[in-house]
Amino acid sequence: MARLQLRNLEKDYGSFRAVHGINLDVEDGEFMVLVGPSGCAKSTTLRMIAGLERITGGEIRIGGELVNDKTPGDRGISMVFQNYALYPHMKVRKNLSFSMRLKRRPATEIAEATQHVSGLLEIDPLLDRLPKQLSGGQAQRVAVGRALIKKPQVFLFDEPLSNLDAKLRASMRVRITDLHKRLKAEGQQATVIYVTHDQTEAMTMGDRICVMKDGHIMQVADPVTLYNRPANTFVAGFIGSPEMNFLDGELEGESSFRTADQAIELGGDFASRLPGNSHRAVTLGIRPQHLRLAAAETPATLKGKLNHIEFMGHEVYLYVDIGPKRLIAVVPSAAYDRSALRDDWVWLSPDPRGVHLFDRQTGENISLAV
Amino acid sequence: MTEHVLSNTAPTVGDIDTVNAREMRSHRLSVAFRYALLAGVGLLMLYPLIWLIGASFKTNSEIFANPGFWPKNPTLDGYIKGWKTSTPYSFGTFFLNTLWIVVPKVIGTAISCTAVAYGFARFEFPFKKLLFASLIATLLLPNVVTRIPQYLLFRDLGWLDSFLPLWVPSAFAGDAFFVFMLVQFLRAIPRDMEEAARVDGATTWQALIFIVVPLLMPALISVCLFQFMWTMNDFLGPLIYISSVDKYPVSLALKLSIDTTEAFEWNRVLAMSVLTLTPALAVFFLAQKYFIDGISSGGIKG
Repeated sequence: MARLQLRNLEKDYGSFRAVHGINLDVEDGEFMVLVGPSGCAKSTTLRMIAGLERITGGEIRIGGELVNDKTPGDRGISMVFQNYALYPHMKVRKNLSFSMRLKRRPATEIAEATQHVSGLLEIDPLLDRLPKQLSGGQAQRVAVGRALIKKPQVFLFDEPLSNLDAKLRASMRVRITDLHKRLKAEGQQATVIYVTHDQTEAMTMGDRICVMKDGHIMQVADPVTLYNRPANTFVAGFIGSPEMNFLDGELEGESSFRTADQAIELGGDFASRLPGNSHRAVTLGIRPQHLRLAAAETPATLKGKLNHIEFMGHEVYLYVDIGPKRLIAVVPSAAYDRSALRDDWVWLSPDPRGVHLFDRQTGENISLAV
Repeated sequence: MTEHVLSNTAPTVGDIDTVNAREMRSHRLSVAFRYALLAGVGLLMLYPLIWLIGASFKTNSEIFANPGFWPKNPTLDGYIKGWKTSTPYSFGTFFLNTLWIVVPKVIGTAISCTAVAYGFARFEFPFKKLLFASLIATLLLPNVVTRIPQYLLFRDLGWLDSFLPLWVPSAFAGDAFFVFMLVQFLRAIPRDMEEAARVDGATTWQALIFIVVPLLMPALISVCLFQFMWTMNDFLGPLIYISSVDKYPVSLALKLSIDTTEAFEWNRVLAMSVLTLTPALAVFFLAQKYFIDGISSGGIKG
């Protein structure tokens, strides 16, 4: 019912094209996260879906129905704003019921719906307060409640947690995903589009994630696929913490990679995955978690100088210089023994399953081909 | 080498008390001086007004004989006779006329200026910049320049000797200053709340009425207050357009009592002046709190 489809959606600001004809399908009941660095047009896209921003070209369909020319109120959506946007002169109760009062619903129905929503979000004790008497977390819950009471086909969230402190953010994250599950279990339509710049939020909340950059969609996939099979260097670098390591170099033979002053045998099944790619200029990408300390030099290790270490408790971050490039390796604390190191030279051995090869020109992941 | 020792013994409680007492004394002295100065200057500014009130209770002859403001033989004669006026109408009629000019004008101004300011502050339309610039340009235009064309226009419309020339321009946001003031105020209000209202299903008019107007209230009250006082005090407008005495507002009526009587009854003029001042002063003091209130409401904080 509440499927959301974007077809060749475009947005121009004067001569500047902010959104470059994007296509996206969000299934009924799905929690879709739009994520990207600031200026990637994720909020603009959300606002176009809401109808707050006029679209330059393309189509928006909600539940199969073309909504391009509909007002925000008629689109069957509701939205939670970054700074809550509660009506400051109305008490929480009136804030919640504003949409229903506009539609002139009967008073008993309004009272029931307010009760239901405030119970769901545990804001009953706040109903007779003004927004200025609420804390950030409470105001956020009221804002969610105001969205909920409309029983919309699609919920839109515009960076709703970015004004909260870290601890509250973590608990609100769980609260929102719980709420989504609960609504789905109750049989209410609960398609969610959630905009954030925080990849942790994206990874933990989304059923699927749409990574955007400069008005283009870079990849749409579930969190696991996004992490394990990034489509390009941008996604690979954006998702995961600490960031993926990148080494420029070229392929030699079938499965050997040469960078600045050393070569490494990639092993695994690269030979079969990358036929006929010898001497191709590539970027090797490997996550810090996929680098291990090797006891001695082998053809499958990279030699580097240990520059700096950070002890994080259960793991240790090693900053290793390989030629002009600095790599980060994350190893379990147990596997790291400072006293065993002679000089500061270490050998890193990449896990073949964690190695990605990207075309240096296009940035595309060329090692995804089976 | 000298040793820098401030005191060999710890200061006693008595020492501390002496120092404290000295500081308190000098503080009190400076406060007393400041307040005396402020009170003196304030009194100087208010003196004409105080004199006016005092003189309105004097007899006509005493006004010129006694320069002080306290009447020797206080009398309500000025008020009683002044109220009756030398015309067939009492001053009550003139007050009603003023009210009949002011109230529609203030309401018209509030509604029309809000709508126009909302348009300029929130919507994109062709020639917006040009239109806004010409609106601001009218602010710089001296009023006198437009008097004659305006007079001719209203004469051709057959509106002379009616209140229409006073009401209608304000009902069409003719006071550019108020529009400008509201636009500036609106620009400082985040759009999120209106957008939230739009998502909640409000039309642009509903968003204006239910969301923007309450947020705009402090500015709107200032606008009404200014318009109220300016209209109360307006002399030239009614003088030009209104010719029958039964339609005179108080500002004209005051002048009337000066030039129709041969020997000026100054105490009557002064008494009526005091009455004329009262509504404006009362309204100002009643609404003063709204000037201060501002819109430091929770929804706007980040």
